[in-house]
Amino acid sequence: MTNEEILAKLQEAFPDVALRVQTEETKDFTLIVPAERLVDVATHLRDHLGFDYLSNVTSVDYPDRFEVVYHLFSMKRGGGVLTLKVHLPDKEHPVVDSVTPIWPGANYQEREVYDLMGISFRNHPDLRRIMLWDGFPGHPLRKDFENRTYTYKELEPTRPKPPNW
Amino acid sequence: MFEDDAIPVEQIDRNVFLTTVDWIYNWGRQYSMWPTMFGLACCAIEMIGASTARYDIARFGMEFYRASPRHADLMIVAGTITHKMAPQVKRIWDQMPEPKYCLAMGSCAISGGIFKSYAVLQGADEILPVDVYVPGCPPRPEALFDGIRKIHQMVRAQSIKTVRWYRNEKQQA
Repeated sequence: MTNEEILAKLQEAFPDVALRVQTEETKDFTLIVPAERLVDVATHLRDHLGFDYLSNVTSVDYPDRFEVVYHLFSMKRGGGVLTLKVHLPDKEHPVVDSVTPIWPGANYQEREVYDLMGISFRNHPDLRRIMLWDGFPGHPLRKDFENRTYTYKELEPTRPKPPNW
Repeated sequence: MFEDDAIPVEQIDRNVFLTTVDWIYNWGRQYSMWPTMFGLACCAIEMIGASTARYDIARFGMEFYRASPRHADLMIVAGTITHKMAPQVKRIWDQMPEPKYCLAMGSCAISGGIFKSYAVLQGADEILPVDVYVPGCPPRPEALFDGIRKIHQMVRAQSIKTVRWYRNEKQQA
């Protein structure tokens, strides 16, 4: 199935969704999906177009928006990567629907994005920080995060109380 | 005692030794110093290399890497201490009984090394009383042995009359 066929089938299934193909910056086939229809498009891609494997979830911090990027593959059909991107213009509290109910492998990667970029995932089954501890000040991969060194004493009040053994 | 059991005079000087309490106490501690089995990053690979047959840390009587900090005398902080790991490092140190010694191995344990970042503790001496610093990135096993010999010198210089772990709190204050 070529990229043009995938795009045509998607547009046939979702005539009301404005799918954009990103061509200038990348050679990969990239679809920009509106955030509110991400779950519908992703479910259709899995159930009807054979994209049964979510390889990667990551995020980018641009000056005017956050972007969540999904890399999809089809294990049964083979072929190349399909990139989905979601633009989130809210720079303070970006929220997007979780795709963990569709591809369970997204669980930890969405937690990583939540931890380091501060993007919340609606309907995620277990949205906790995965690398840093709860209470750590800020999200380190955001561009406005001031990357400096901390002393032990400075971070001590943010830590959870250790178990008493 | 029967006459026959008496030790012949010529054997007494082969079987009776005179020493000081300090000397025998420190000699015993120096050659049975057990490190914690505890590595944080790539320096731990050099530490493991130091314990294998080629470099053979057992020459100094310390081939036992103890998995429990309660059995250990020496903590080799081998590697980068991240802020996530730092409370656990401190906790292992607190679990070790006196007398205990701390050796900071490599740039990261000394000063954070190349990692000037939000995630990394800038030196083990923020949370531990470090006795010996071994520079290098990572230090070779020979350098680690040099640091361990420095610890041995420290042990030999201590006296049982003045060490803090036999004093009560009143004396310490």
